[in-house]
Amino acid sequence: MNIKRRFKIKSTAQDSMKYWFSSIALFIFASFVVLPNSQAQRGIREIHQERSLYRNIIVTEDSTRRCLRFTITRRTGQNQSCRFLENPEKLVFPYAKMTLSSLLVQDNPQRILIIGLGGGTLPEVYHTLFPEAEIIISEIDEAVLNVAENFFDFEQTDKIKVDIGDGRVYVKRAALRNENFDLVIIDAFNGEYIPEHLMTQEFLEEIKQLLPENGMLVSNTFSTSRLYDAESQTYQNVFGEIINMRMNNTGNRIIIASRQALPDLKTLNRRAANWRNRLEVFDMDVTDYPRFMSKEIDWNTDERPLTDQYSPANLLNN
Amino acid sequence: MAESIASLNNLLVLCLAFVSGFIIMSIELLGGRILAPYFGSSIFVWGSIITVFMLSLSLGYLCGGKLSLRNPSLKLHGSFFVLAAFLLIPLILFGNQIMEALFLVIEDPRYGSLIVSMLLFFLPTAVLGMIAPYSVRLLVIDSNHSGHVAGTLYFVSTMGSALGTLATSFYLVLWFEVNQILITMGLTLFFSGMLAIYSNKTFHARKATLDISK
Repeated sequence: MNIKRRFKIKSTAQDSMKYWFSSIALFIFASFVVLPNSQAQRGIREIHQERSLYRNIIVTEDSTRRCLRFTITRRTGQNQSCRFLENPEKLVFPYAKMTLSSLLVQDNPQRILIIGLGGGTLPEVYHTLFPEAEIIISEIDEAVLNVAENFFDFEQTDKIKVDIGDGRVYVKRAALRNENFDLVIIDAFNGEYIPEHLMTQEFLEEIKQLLPENGMLVSNTFSTSRLYDAESQTYQNVFGEIINMRMNNTGNRIIIASRQALPDLKTLNRRAANWRNRLEVFDMDVTDYPRFMSKEIDWNTDERPLTDQYSPANLLNN
Repeated sequence: MAESIASLNNLLVLCLAFVSGFIIMSIELLGGRILAPYFGSSIFVWGSIITVFMLSLSLGYLCGGKLSLRNPSLKLHGSFFVLAAFLLIPLILFGNQIMEALFLVIEDPRYGSLIVSMLLFFLPTAVLGMIAPYSVRLLVIDSNHSGHVAGTLYFVSTMGSALGTLATSFYLVLWFEVNQILITMGLTLFFSGMLAIYSNKTFHARKATLDISK
């Protein structure tokens, strides 16, 4: 009886082991065969992959576009930057177009600082529009620069320069040198990890020091979670008034801040009419954008602003 | 009576080891946050912080072991905690000024962050490192059990470190400011130390009883 019982137990254990083995095998099969196949159906090929100090960098391509992504999980992976193969000047992502529409607030920047290189889309767009402007990009990860140069036709020239290092450090040093930038763009956030020291009140104060009277800060950030409230509160504390830009079908939001008073809707619409033709080449109708630019306080003002002492941005973003 | 006092004192030493383990890792984790505004969050900033913590702990172990050779007492044990608490004061009060000054002098953020970490974290961490070997000496009565005692002590203090890391990164930074956490750590160290110094008398009582029984 006892032996029989023991045997029975053993066989159940074997069964459950079999079950687990087959589940694991199925999972492995699925991840190696089925998922890439579903990508293959859409024609997405991985053309380059490298592991940098900070992340995995993957370049993919399908029949229409080439993309840069920072994650290994292919299904949920978000593209950081994409470029059409045939009409590379057309912008793929709404956030890039939203960033560009900030020209309605302040145009003709002659010195531009961009924090976060990605595929190099924004520097090239601004260079096309303002060939005389000096553009400096602060990028923490040298591997991102290599990928941008090798796969996205990004090129450093005497007008476009890349500084490899932390954006916060770059801004601090530039402020010490009394440098000015007419336009500062923060494009350093992706869905997976937020550099918390680039979200604080002190950092924004440092950027403010770089801005001349008519200078402008444009930040590509988050539109959901408690972080939305904390971040809005932080920007408002530093700049007083901000333009908050959110569009349907995108998780991005753009914050536009300036030392000057921000223009009203009427002015924005008038400027949009003037800019329309110049921005058409990027596949956008800029006259659609002013209505998404809001100065309204639509966040919970009780949320604590982010400071160097208190900046749990990644925890708030959960 | 003497027995129960002895085991109470042992319990105290273990609790204090837990506290020091908790605080060491909590400060290390906050170190990244403290340095980021001046030196960024590049991989070498973490490299600097971890290097300095390992270095200061190793020297602390050496000193703590050495100090345990002569007249080990809860009084000296407690004074390590009190001293560590005071050594946190420059970090809390002058951290920004120190980082600002070094930021201006040293352009290379690798060596900037390494030297700042040395200035801010070396002394308090080294003193906290003295606690572990000294605790072993306080707990060991019989050399046959020294390995067991050391094992138990490492278990408790490393558990403290694990919990300190988890609590700080998951919750404390979400609820409090960095300096609020550091001040709380400092006060905890101070009162833990005072408790040990206060218990010193009873420790001597215990030792006397043990001597008699031998």
